Amino acid sequence: MKITLKVWRQKNAKAQGQLETYQLDNVTTDMSFLEMMDTLNQKLIKEGKDPVAFDHDCREGICGMCSMVINGKPHGPLKATTTCQLHMRSFKDGETITIEPFRAGAFPIVKDLTVERAAFDRIIQAGGYISVNTGNAIDANATPVEKALADQAMDAAECIGCGACVAACKNSSAMLFLSAKVSHLALLPQGQPERARRVLNMVKQHDDEGFGSCTNTKACEAECPKQISVTNIARLNRDYLWASFTTQNTKEKNFSM
Amino acid sequence: MQLNSKIPAGNLPDKWDTYRSTVPLVSPANKRRIDVIVVGSGLAGAAAAATLGELGYNVKCFCFQDSPRRAHSIAAQGGINAAKNYQNDGDSIWRLFYDTIKGGDYRAREANVHRLAECSVHIIDQCVAQGVPFAREYGGLLANRSFGGVQVSRTFYARGQTGQQLLLGAYSALERQIAAGSVTMYNRHEMLDVVIIDGKARGIIARNLVTGEIERHGAHAVALCTGGYGNAFFLSTNAMGSNVTAAWKAHRKGALFGNPCFTQIHPTCIPVSGHFQSKLTLMSESLRNDGRVWVPKKIDDRLKDPSQIAEEDRDYYLERRYPAFGNLVPRDIASRAAKVECDAGKSVIKNGHAVYLDFSDAIKRLGKDTIAERYGNLFDMYQRITDENPYEKPMKIFPAVHYTMGGLWVDYELSTNIPGLYALGEANFSDHGANRLGASALMQGLADGYFVLPVTIGSYLSNEIRTGKIDTNHPEFAKAEKTVQDNLNQYLGINGKTTVDEFHMELGKVMWDKCGMARNAKGLQQAISDLKGIREQFYKDVRVPGTANEFNPELEKAGRVADFLELGELMVRDALNRNESCGGHFREEHVTPDGEADRDDDNFMYVAAWEYKGMGNEPALHKESLNYEVVKPVKRNYK
Repeated sequence: MKITLKVWRQKNAKAQGQLETYQLDNVTTDMSFLEMMDTLNQKLIKEGKDPVAFDHDCREGICGMCSMVINGKPHGPLKATTTCQLHMRSFKDGETITIEPFRAGAFPIVKDLTVERAAFDRIIQAGGYISVNTGNAIDANATPVEKALADQAMDAAECIGCGACVAACKNSSAMLFLSAKVSHLALLPQGQPERARRVLNMVKQHDDEGFGSCTNTKACEAECPKQISVTNIARLNRDYLWASFTTQNTKEKNFSM
Repeated sequence: MQLNSKIPAGNLPDKWDTYRSTVPLVSPANKRRIDVIVVGSGLAGAAAAATLGELGYNVKCFCFQDSPRRAHSIAAQGGINAAKNYQNDGDSIWRLFYDTIKGGDYRAREANVHRLAECSVHIIDQCVAQGVPFAREYGGLLANRSFGGVQVSRTFYARGQTGQQLLLGAYSALERQIAAGSVTMYNRHEMLDVVIIDGKARGIIARNLVTGEIERHGAHAVALCTGGYGNAFFLSTNAMGSNVTAAWKAHRKGALFGNPCFTQIHPTCIPVSGHFQSKLTLMSESLRNDGRVWVPKKIDDRLKDPSQIAEEDRDYYLERRYPAFGNLVPRDIASRAAKVECDAGKSVIKNGHAVYLDFSDAIKRLGKDTIAERYGNLFDMYQRITDENPYEKPMKIFPAVHYTMGGLWVDYELSTNIPGLYALGEANFSDHGANRLGASALMQGLADGYFVLPVTIGSYLSNEIRTGKIDTNHPEFAKAEKTVQDNLNQYLGINGKTTVDEFHMELGKVMWDKCGMARNAKGLQQAISDLKGIREQFYKDVRVPGTANEFNPELEKAGRVADFLELGELMVRDALNRNESCGGHFREEHVTPDGEADRDDDNFMYVAAWEYKGMGNEPALHKESLNYEVVKPVKRNYK
């Protein structure tokens, strides 16, 4: 296959960036998208040019490190697929592919296609955990969890924290990421004691980081490589409302969903 | 050098309890004045950093990724073992201990493995309390499945993403401590040297990967939780960034490297498809619960549509050779058996090697929905990569490098031979002997991080309460920093014609061909000279673009490959020295008449701990003999 690439090049966070055009003549359909990028970089290095910086690590769709907006879509054209799981058989011979970084004010560019997503860590720091020190735990089977709830919690917990939801959203909202963590913990009995303060603190941190508001376009769900559902956002909104009316001084009720 | 494994006295089942109850403690007021560095944020690193933070130590944690949640533990699929006996199928701490010792082909320490089995039950409790959404039955209790090398169901799992969920649990505990101020996190930082002052580990030199700045960090103890070195083979199931650099720098500073040749080749991976391939993808061992491995009996059938090959023309070779364990034999045995079939010309793909992993019987028996619920995400992953539907056609699989049992030599306290320098998880050599059983890596990483190091580190730190802050202006810090800077400038200054990846591929080919699934003296000797040539060429002809003062992934890779080039030679030398077959180490000279590994307990029942003697120089071998006080080593039998 012959492929034309238009790749966003930007030296660092402060520099101006622009799209540069590259030609690749020996792409095969079995190549993964990132192997195609490797081929480009090998060529650039040989030519004495600066290779394209992009984040990647596990290359099997689970670490959440890879990003890229490919032809306008975060993680490219396939549903439920990360960039690293994409293969060149999804593209046509002679096609031009435009590759840009995940764009959001809260995700500053490091270089080229690499962005900083530490804001997600800070949202988790605001409450995305259950406060249990090592050694505190009771026997794992002492608390049965209804299978349907455990499965729903797992559905939410599958989020890989890649940030595609933010890149897909016209408001750069991280509501899908945030709601996935809030839901995962709110659905489990272990998550109940901190449920109210968790949602309030995490939403506050989300807003403080400069992520925008959710206006229910569902673009995030459409682009999420792990198919995290927007019903998590609905659950977050209900929890947030409930928590806002509950203060530290009143007796917290177990809010059943 | 005398190696002291510091195994506590007493009966095996009482050792850890006795140790815990008598180890010196550090008072809460003193913990606040003690700094600990944790390098790596996978299961071992995140669990250790979080737990040490909870205890009140000042912790700094480093990872090279953009977030601690990305560490490669996240990619573990199948599950985590624990001796809970929730299935009432006869499991016990003793049985998990015994299975692990036997699985490791009697090349691990009894005391370490027994402690691991004891900790396993607490890990599951801790993870459930953190909100890890393990699979459950309709009654609300936890579900289990089976893994290779055992006859009980003791594996806990979260779909095919157990590593992800366990890591996110440890990550959330870590983030909680970061918020509490007890842990400071350094993302996108790579440790490039360990600083030793008066024989003790006193800090590290790290490079900020975004700015290129070289930083000095002092501490009273340093714990390396930096994973394995499978990427020495270039192609492996490891993440692209997984590397040996932190462990290797420690080795260069005097830390011994234990059993470097013990490499796990995982039997079920997606075969290599082209020369551009950058990594290999694992298909979880859990698939062997329901999948049947086979090749055609007749070589002429090998490229035939598998649905056209009649049942009597198929050779389910694992079921045939190992009726007691069938498709669930340990990984080393399953991998070798696949190689035997492919070497006999029965590979089911035209170019390269593969055997079938077939689910059609399971789908007939249980229905497609049940199979999809158990393995759906793995089937999807397979289809995405190969463009074939495993519900309709059997998977094609072949062994690939997956895990390294070898690593930094540590004593019972997880301390290397350098006081104050610890190694946890896959980075150490300790618990898996010559072959690791499935679902045991997660168990070991979390046991080391949550339950072992936070206890054992007290025995060292209780003597550090009068030390005071570590001064990073000490000449040893300056010296280490200069070495780091000189190395980076050296890579950048060569300005040759060959890329880092090209050298890495060359290294990988030598390692796979001569130090892979089967090894012999002639090939290993050849490999030593091949690797020397590649290394010399690297320092003459590598091309690393850019500068040291910017985000420069090629420069990061150059340093890692330079270390792999040295490590590769050590692996080969260890494989040459170990003139026996055991576990994943298969020397062609030592095969039993029925094709199994022929162990030599009289001469090789020891840990080979290697001391660095300078680049290109022959390393010095130290032996820690393994004393089996309780288990009687016998020939492993899964028939």
